[in-house]
Amino acid sequence: MAQAHAEAIGRHEAHAPTGFIRRYLFSLDHKVIGIQYYLLALVSVFVGLTLSILMRLHLVWPQVSVPLLDKLSPLGAPNGVITPEYYLSLLTLHGTLMVFFVLTTAPQSGFGNFFLPIQIGAEDMAFPRLNMLSFWITFSAFIVLVATFFIQDGPPIGGWTSYPPLSAVGGAAGPGMAMGENLWIVSIALFCVASMLGAINFIATTLDLRARGLSLMKLPLTCWAWFLTAILGLLSFAVLLAAGVLLLLDRVGGTSFFVPGGLIVSDKIVPHTGGSPLLWQHLFWFFGHPEVYIAILPGMGVTSHIISTFSRKPIFGYRAMVYAMSAIGILGFTVWGHHMFVSGMSPYSAFAFSILTMAIAVPSAIKTFNWIGTMIGGKIRFAPPMLFAIGFVSLFITGGLSGIFLGQPPIDLYFHDTYFVLAHFHLIMGVAAIFGIFAATYFWFPKMFGRMMNVTLGKIHFWITFVGVYAIFMPMHYLGLEGNPRRYSEFIDNFLIPLISLHRFISIAAFITGGAQLIFLFNLFWSMFRGAKAADNPWEATTLEWTIPSPPPFDNFAGKHPVIFNGPYEFSVPGAAKDFIMQNSPETVTAGQ
Amino acid sequence: MTIFMGSTTLTPTKPEQVAGIGDAGQGGGGFRPSHFGGGGGWGEFRVPERTYRLGMWFALTGIVMLFAAFTSALVVRKGMSFDWVPVRVPQVLWLNTFVLIMSSATLELSRRSLRTGAAKEFIRWLSATLVLGLSFLAGQLLAWRELASRGVYLASNPGSSFFYVLTAAHGIHLLGGVVALGYVVLRARRIAFGEVRRTPVEVTAIYWHFMDALWIYLFFVLLNWM
Repeated sequence: MAQAHAEAIGRHEAHAPTGFIRRYLFSLDHKVIGIQYYLLALVSVFVGLTLSILMRLHLVWPQVSVPLLDKLSPLGAPNGVITPEYYLSLLTLHGTLMVFFVLTTAPQSGFGNFFLPIQIGAEDMAFPRLNMLSFWITFSAFIVLVATFFIQDGPPIGGWTSYPPLSAVGGAAGPGMAMGENLWIVSIALFCVASMLGAINFIATTLDLRARGLSLMKLPLTCWAWFLTAILGLLSFAVLLAAGVLLLLDRVGGTSFFVPGGLIVSDKIVPHTGGSPLLWQHLFWFFGHPEVYIAILPGMGVTSHIISTFSRKPIFGYRAMVYAMSAIGILGFTVWGHHMFVSGMSPYSAFAFSILTMAIAVPSAIKTFNWIGTMIGGKIRFAPPMLFAIGFVSLFITGGLSGIFLGQPPIDLYFHDTYFVLAHFHLIMGVAAIFGIFAATYFWFPKMFGRMMNVTLGKIHFWITFVGVYAIFMPMHYLGLEGNPRRYSEFIDNFLIPLISLHRFISIAAFITGGAQLIFLFNLFWSMFRGAKAADNPWEATTLEWTIPSPPPFDNFAGKHPVIFNGPYEFSVPGAAKDFIMQNSPETVTAGQ
Repeated sequence: MTIFMGSTTLTPTKPEQVAGIGDAGQGGGGFRPSHFGGGGGWGEFRVPERTYRLGMWFALTGIVMLFAAFTSALVVRKGMSFDWVPVRVPQVLWLNTFVLIMSSATLELSRRSLRTGAAKEFIRWLSATLVLGLSFLAGQLLAWRELASRGVYLASNPGSSFFYVLTAAHGIHLLGGVVALGYVVLRARRIAFGEVRRTPVEVTAIYWHFMDALWIYLFFVLLNWM
């Protein structure tokens, strides 16, 4: 990586700082910061994946001894055997790492930082120092979170939603709920601040630094997605921050925002009165639902971008795509109550939340049909980025359909807290968004590092992962139908025992799919140093990042200011010399635009 | 503009406007042909003042959401509880409110002096704003001490909890404004003589006036809803 960057330096007007610390560590360059975010997400995703492997292992072989785990946590895993409480610790950290440090970090802060300025023809993000600050606060949040592994009673067991009252009453609520939970809240609060600072940067950059001629309706859909995601992040993380502050005060300041009176936890009376656990749920999910779209919108953007490029066709319904993403963003703020159907809610409110939730199906369907419409009749190139983009569409449909079930209050009463919910959000928020990240990685790697990733390994990675995630998560719908609850570490109830064989199948599928990610990891780092040299525009794409060298020079456009003439998806234009027209090409676009 | 084809309307953006804003980047060669320059060895990229203002407005949007969340929590917590005891607002807050409004006025006087090129007045009013800001914070501490002397602490009651949370959250944000003012005061001479750009003054002013308005809103909440 260092080498790749060094090559680009030195023949242009603006030069990167020469010291290692200012060039690679405390860098103000959006490209370096983007890669820093990406690497942070990469570390997080492999830690999170390891935790899920441990959970799947424990679920079906509860007595198995995991080597070295007793060194990490003598209390949580005596002799390497995971206790039920430690299972909950793993679960909490898995969720928190994946939602915040992977799904929020890689697609938006990682790729967004690297490519938003380049795609709009700017030299950098609007506020480089703020950008650097955002990354290092995010990094601190990561350190604080992972530190919970090394305190005596381990990470908190409250799950990534950290519901009070048990999250607010301290160590009485179980292992990790004393200092571990405090650290969790501090970590999330830091993450909120960093995300908001990052969001301000994204919004100002998109609105103010676009190249001449680049109107909003000529923006690549990736930029639209990052822009809308930034708005969602700015508005929603502020609410989570407020909630986190209040929860921390309940824990360390003796207040009673969320803890009701007369509560007895572990045979002790809790000295709080009058608080409302539901208040937390409202605040949390007011953040939590937009968060789902924060995770998925950048994936939608990159999927649209890739599907158009690799189908050699203009995106079907560009404006409809923009409006659909905006509608998803706006509606996303009105549906938080569908996470709370069983928490005690007026049936009228539940009805309203249900209708609004169903309404999201409309823009979602518009996007899905437009992706398919783009592919129909196209000269599709099945390169790894395209495979993962198609995989994204598939997972988005599968995960979305189960959402229609869960959005109905009467059906949700049954499905709530079962594996059905697990299947739903893993497919649509987890795996679909991860496929977006993979698609983006295979697509932009040549530009980021100046080398191509191996195609064969990419295809093998895709097929194992694609079949694997369906093998893992499709059976979970059935488990949910059978009433299998989430968050149970062992299946000792009678009605669950027949389900163990299916769990075993899921676990084995998870091990294989998890193992296949090592192919990706190998491909990533091997290609970084040994991959074939990438041309400036290996995919024959049209947007600005493909007009500059791979990897890009320090100031992106070498002191020049690109001028935009065309829309972002001018593929197979009749009469054009090639089957694509660059955005900054003065070639006249003729009929059919 | 005739070179631009196609059916969509174009917003001719940036470059000429960028060049039109005449702030000299510190140590750098202006904004053309590259936005890079200065920045103490970092090779920093600089954008025009307009972009900083825009960024500040969005930062304020985030802060609005933070306080909206606190307010809605207050409404819910108060509406559903039987243990709410209203907090009698300390008298010193009236004085504080006056001080903060005055600080906005002095800041405007300072900006006006900067525009008319009256360097001395600019620095004087700016320093006055800083002193008033610090006085407000000191006044808030006095208000807390008065509450404490009445035996009203953070955990005494949901009403007092919200009193402390709202005033503290505002105080921390205002402290950020005081730090920014201090930074501007330190550079005031160089700003006044056009050696460095005046963007920090403009952006700090937006923030400061907003903190003033936010306090008036919070004071209203404390007076009426507690």
